[in-house]
Amino acid sequence: MYKTSDKLTAWYIGIGMAALFVGGSLGPLQKLEHVGINLYTALNSIGLASYYQGLTIHAVLNALVWTTFFIVGFFTFIIPRSLEKPLTMPKLNGLSLILMVVGLVMAAIPILMNLATVLFTFYPPLKANPFFYIGLVLVVVGSWVAGYGFYATYLSWRKEHKGEQTPLIALGSIITMVMWQIATIGVAIELLVFVIPWSFGLVAGTDPQLNRTFFWFTGHPLVYFWLLPAYISWYCMVPKQAGGKLFSEPLARLVFWLFLALSVPVGLHHQFVDPGVPQGWKIVHFVLTFSLFIPSMITAFTVVASLEIGGRARGGTGLLNWVRYLPWGDPSYAAQNLAMILFVFGGIGGLTNASYNMNLAIHNTMWVPGHFHLTVGSAVTLTFFGIAYWLVPMLANKPLWSAKMGVWQAWTWFVGMLLMSNALHIIGLNLSVPRRTMLGAAPYAATDWQPMLIEAAIGGTILGISGLLFYINMMGTVLQKKRLETPIEMPVAEVYHAEEPVPNWLDAWRPWIVVTVLLIVVAYGPVLVNLLSNMQLTSPGFKLW
Amino acid sequence: MHIDTRERNYIVLSVLLMLIFATALMVSAFAYGIQVPVPYERVDPRTVATPGASPWGNPVEERVRELAPNKYEAYILAQAWVFLPNKITIPKGSSLTLYVTSKDVQHGFNIQGTNINMMILPGQVSTLTATFDKPGTYNIVCNEYCGVGHQTMYATIEVQP
Ligand code: HEM
Ligand SMILES: [Cu+2]
Ligand SMILES: [Cu+2]
Repeated sequence: MYKTSDKLTAWYIGIGMAALFVGGSLGPLQKLEHVGINLYTALNSIGLASYYQGLTIHAVLNALVWTTFFIVGFFTFIIPRSLEKPLTMPKLNGLSLILMVVGLVMAAIPILMNLATVLFTFYPPLKANPFFYIGLVLVVVGSWVAGYGFYATYLSWRKEHKGEQTPLIALGSIITMVMWQIATIGVAIELLVFVIPWSFGLVAGTDPQLNRTFFWFTGHPLVYFWLLPAYISWYCMVPKQAGGKLFSEPLARLVFWLFLALSVPVGLHHQFVDPGVPQGWKIVHFVLTFSLFIPSMITAFTVVASLEIGGRARGGTGLLNWVRYLPWGDPSYAAQNLAMILFVFGGIGGLTNASYNMNLAIHNTMWVPGHFHLTVGSAVTLTFFGIAYWLVPMLANKPLWSAKMGVWQAWTWFVGMLLMSNALHIIGLNLSVPRRTMLGAAPYAATDWQPMLIEAAIGGTILGISGLLFYINMMGTVLQKKRLETPIEMPVAEVYHAEEPVPNWLDAWRPWIVVTVLLIVVAYGPVLVNLLSNMQLTSPGFKLW
Repeated sequence: MHIDTRERNYIVLSVLLMLIFATALMVSAFAYGIQVPVPYERVDPRTVATPGASPWGNPVEERVRELAPNKYEAYILAQAWVFLPNKITIPKGSSLTLYVTSKDVQHGFNIQGTNINMMILPGQVSTLTATFDKPGTYNIVCNEYCGVGHQTMYATIEVQP
């Protein structure tokens, strides 16, 4: 019944994992460079021109390609199963895969040829080869098309199930895709209206402040596009794996709706120190950003309560002793629980970033990579690894090669990340060490940076080893001859208070879309009108690498 | 809809906590006079460095001026991969108002060990005022990627005793 979508899923996540393999292997190199072990000269011979070309590859492949491909693949897998209905327009989803792959190849070629060493934020007026931008647009458009395939499936499900509540897994996934659709309008305008014509030389100049603002319109919700699929697993799947139940389903629904409404109108918190953005609007976005604290806190409570049900059902007692009874020997579970723990630190750091005044101390310092390796690099990536530990065996119809190695992988990631992110946070906050910088060659680098940089390099090396363990396990799983004896099922947690009906407003699109659009208009309308009416397309492009 | 009492209390507490955080931050931002760059002036990055066209076109030595005793201003031009002027000397206790713009790509401007941290964008002027009470050498580091020489881009402020 799900053969077509399963095949698509296999392609999406296979490509995503390959991208992460290439992108991830550059991570430890960066860390070693910072402590004076420069392996880049050796890599010159295979065509890597600079630290910054490597950093572009690292972030584009890890943060944009791995995440987007895995997420679209994961949704292609879980939406049909959650609705118990195959994709209604599988051709659309097939087209999505083709568009995303063509876009990936088109963007990868200029990156590898050193024609797009602009890092993953591609801030104009650094000017890359036009095909880099076109490739990125195609990847995004491909993900939109996947969304259209999901909407079609969902609409036909609704017709067949009038009056029924949408299953939570499908609802969360579709909300995520709708949020993404709205959020990516910013970067689409930036690229299609301004940057691509400019990179082709059709217009002479661009306005960097305006372009940045469109970029961050998409850039912040991007992090929720990464995170919400992990939340779907934490709410709807991990409790089942732990033998528990989803503690409060209505609140879980509310959380997804809140993220739809609040993800976009907060992007200016990335631009607190931009010269061209008025102070009042920075404060509005700061306050709205803080409101995202609420759905995050609810998630923490509900997920922990759901796991507690599992820990107690498995024989745990006491205030905290039940934690030991959770299925820590299951790599899928261990990876995701450790991802949650790292996310707690990531969340606290995030509050700091969003704080108007703290931001001054950490903006563009190493604190920032310290922060997002906890979030996208751990909460998201380690959760996706955890999902892969059941999803890949299920797709391949082969048992996981080594559960033990999987558990080791999860713990090494956890330890490596604690070391690396701790060190990066400290040197960023206390010593203002800049990010995106080839520190080993910086004339102003101070000796008191060294101890922390060494800690980070050790953490980065452990992370590299952890990544290798993951790939060995995946290859071992796919390449072995053994077949599954008992089929694996997608874990779906039961609801704890199933007898209580979910109110209708938690399954109604119209009010939430209205609120979402209104908030965006209020929070971004005046800023964008102001920037557009003062627009000066005066910046020619520069290729400074 | 069913919400567990403990969870309800916890949510109320979270909302309160959020309000307290946000208020505390706003109050402290105003109490400590936290400054962020705000729209000041637009310039044309193609001509901003032309002699006579703007303060950033003046000879480098003339871009730092003493306005009154212990009151200085500096017009700094960021470009790949230097700040010009790249050395500013002021006496201890002086206030220094910075006007920084870029004639090429985006740069960063972080005076290490202080709260001065701003983006420098072509076409925009970033301005802040800082007071330097402790003598010593302060590094101004470019903390936004600006090409392969980015790691070499810095300047210094010498605060004399
Ligand atoms: C193997 C483990 C990893 C290590 C050792 C590592 C290391 C690093 C380091 C040291 C930097 C900072 C470089 C600089 O600012 O100059 C960096 C940047 C970055 N990393 Fe990783 N990383 C790893 C995995 C990941 C993963 C899994 C993701 C996301 C899924 C990721 C996403 C990023 C992004 C988005 C940047 C920012 C690049 C920029 O500022 O342009 N990394 N990484
Ligand atoms: Cu610079
Ligand atoms: Cu720079």
